[in-house]
Amino acid sequence: MQSRKIATLLAVAGLALAAAACGSEETPAPAANPSSGGSAAPAAENAPVTISVGCQPPKTNPKERAQWDADVTAFQAKFPYITIESKDAFPCIVPETFQAKLAGGQMEDLFYVYYTDAARIIGAGQAADITPYLSEAPHIAEVRPDVKSVFESGGKTYGVPRTNYATGLVYNRALFTQAGLNPDMPPKTWAEVQDAAKKIAGLGSGYVGFGEYSAGNTGGWHFTSSIYARGGAIVSEDGKTAAFNSEQGKAVLENLRKMRWDDNSMGTKQLHRWEDLMRMMGSGKLGMMIGAPDVVQAVNNDFKGKFEDYGVTALPESTQSLSGGDGYMFNAKATPDQIKAGLKWLEFKFLTPGQGQFDYARNKADGLPTGLPLTDLYGSAAPGAQIQADREANANVPTEHFAPYVEGTKSVTFKLEPPKAQEIYAILDTPMSAVLTRQDANIDELLADAEEKVNKLLAAG
Amino acid sequence: MTTLSAKDVRPPRQRPPGALRRSVSRNLTAYGFLSGALICFAFFSWIPMVREFILSFQKTNFVNSTEWVGLDNFRTVLDDPAFISAWVNTAIFTLLALVFGYIVPFVFAVVLNELRHAQGYLRLIVYLPVMLPPAVAVLLFKWFYDPGAGLFNQALGVVGIPPLSWLDSTTTALPSLVIVSTWMNLGTGTLIYLAALQSIPSELYEAAELDGAGLFKRVWHITIPQTRLILLVMLLLQIVATMQVFIEPFLLTGGGPENATVTVAYLMYQYAFSFGNFGGGGALGLMLMLVLIVFSAFYLRVSRDRT
Repeated sequence: MQSRKIATLLAVAGLALAAAACGSEETPAPAANPSSGGSAAPAAENAPVTISVGCQPPKTNPKERAQWDADVTAFQAKFPYITIESKDAFPCIVPETFQAKLAGGQMEDLFYVYYTDAARIIGAGQAADITPYLSEAPHIAEVRPDVKSVFESGGKTYGVPRTNYATGLVYNRALFTQAGLNPDMPPKTWAEVQDAAKKIAGLGSGYVGFGEYSAGNTGGWHFTSSIYARGGAIVSEDGKTAAFNSEQGKAVLENLRKMRWDDNSMGTKQLHRWEDLMRMMGSGKLGMMIGAPDVVQAVNNDFKGKFEDYGVTALPESTQSLSGGDGYMFNAKATPDQIKAGLKWLEFKFLTPGQGQFDYARNKADGLPTGLPLTDLYGSAAPGAQIQADREANANVPTEHFAPYVEGTKSVTFKLEPPKAQEIYAILDTPMSAVLTRQDANIDELLADAEEKVNKLLAAG
Repeated sequence: MTTLSAKDVRPPRQRPPGALRRSVSRNLTAYGFLSGALICFAFFSWIPMVREFILSFQKTNFVNSTEWVGLDNFRTVLDDPAFISAWVNTAIFTLLALVFGYIVPFVFAVVLNELRHAQGYLRLIVYLPVMLPPAVAVLLFKWFYDPGAGLFNQALGVVGIPPLSWLDSTTTALPSLVIVSTWMNLGTGTLIYLAALQSIPSELYEAAELDGAGLFKRVWHITIPQTRLILLVMLLLQIVATMQVFIEPFLLTGGGPENATVTVAYLMYQYAFSFGNFGGGGALGLMLMLVLIVFSAFYLRVSRDRT
């Protein structure tokens, strides 16, 4: 009987521990929350400050890691009062673990994000308002306004872009040649895409002319890319109602339906997610997919493809593009001094022509692929011209393979993701997967059903 | 009327002085071992459960103070069009998993039990899938199910059956996940059933054989009645386990096609990690837990009756 009492005591102690653990989270953030923008008083000028920074290249990528470490050393020599604690990870962020890292207090002071997550993080109040400190990184003023807007909300800035690109059409040049197509003349219309896809699929069993996502929210993401490229929208201007049940929306699905069922050029296996198409592209069996030059980089680095086999062109008939890229945001608990130090680092490493990520001469000397038209932060502003000139001067990848993309995306305007993007993408996965897996899918019904669901979602606020 | 004699009325038991201290010191080692388990359960089971319960009534961004929102999270998930699909899919999955995942291991166990030779090797072969990490096993099936080069369609082609879409069809996707789940858990179920079968006195079978009973009659009149309790316990455990199905839709289908494989646990994951709505995820988790508590209560009742 006595032992039972003690066991009960221990259990009660455990529960008390649980309650204590739960209660501890009630403590409000001490310093810079989104609304205060770093309300804690800054320390004395040049007081020692330490910042943790995410996305240090992993050890499996020794050349880029060495460049990062050299940049940290140079930066700390220039600003001796700042200490940078680099945190490596590959990939730099897994969006699904973001909340867990934040909840566990493991989030870096300066963390890496994809554009696709920026709006959600800002909306959830999980990033610091850095507007008062932007003068620490003077080049931000010259970044393209449409690119900066990815990290802006309500007139405030919450992050800094690192790379930026328009969505295009990635294609396998080797397969184009094999199928009797001219790889230097990639498709300019969707009819040409359909034709090329048919010819590539006709190369034999296992060859897929055109690949598309349709699961794990990636289908909705690419539906958004496609409808934007055709001049359509996902939500109305005021963001209160769905706007994809339109001619453009129907055209996106009809195009896929035709290629999947009439032309049989999209393969029989569907429900692809990000890594599926990368793997197919790397294996040399996929002809075309929607993507940007970063796809070629990923296929080359991680999926055994070769740079010289791939090319990128603009999305056919496109007038606007879903913004693609990545950047850095600040932990909502970062102090003003940490934010200032972080902005100085971003200026040094990611924004200044000729140094850090734009040190193309170093890239070339280190044997890293150089010349991909990946980062268009500045457009026609002076830093942009200098960056482009440096990139071209040091190119060691066949830049002509990306020339149609550079040319075709010059006039494209960037468009942001819709509000509640991931929730909407989850809903739009359904029409995408339906069209690709069911021959009798009714496009009008699918879009009307998705529209009703998205309207309900948006109305819920 | 019954009367109590003075002999029956015992005085309250007086604990000798220092008994508690002696009892604790005598059992100190046992408490030490117990505390390890208690701490592990507290940190990895009970605290997360309490935390999830609290979260389901809160809105949090893990940065600022949490906000109590009453039943808002429950309203949000109840209004979600995927909510009904998730529960229907989970129920169908559970039902199919019972039809396949419950009966198949029992049949395997009966067959293994009847074998006179190589039983040990076959037991090992049946148990092998359990040793594979679940993610590896699931991804193996991703290749098996490939509509073009996949093993299953190749096998169907050999016997002249046209290829199936497996994961890419709303009608076959969920049953395909059940097959994966059944294969992964086959070994454990079979071994448990086998242990139960081997505890049946062999005299019963010998007597039945003398009476001319065939295999089917022996199974029906001896095996099933003798293993009734373990069958019931396994049934309840199977329900509790399969209703939490997550890894199969997460890795194989991403909930598609057309939400045909969205399960409650997968939707919970979507809310928490894709939408950043931990409150919604918590609310769904609490609902699932309440349903599972009912089955767990049955399980406890049955296992207590058994002992």
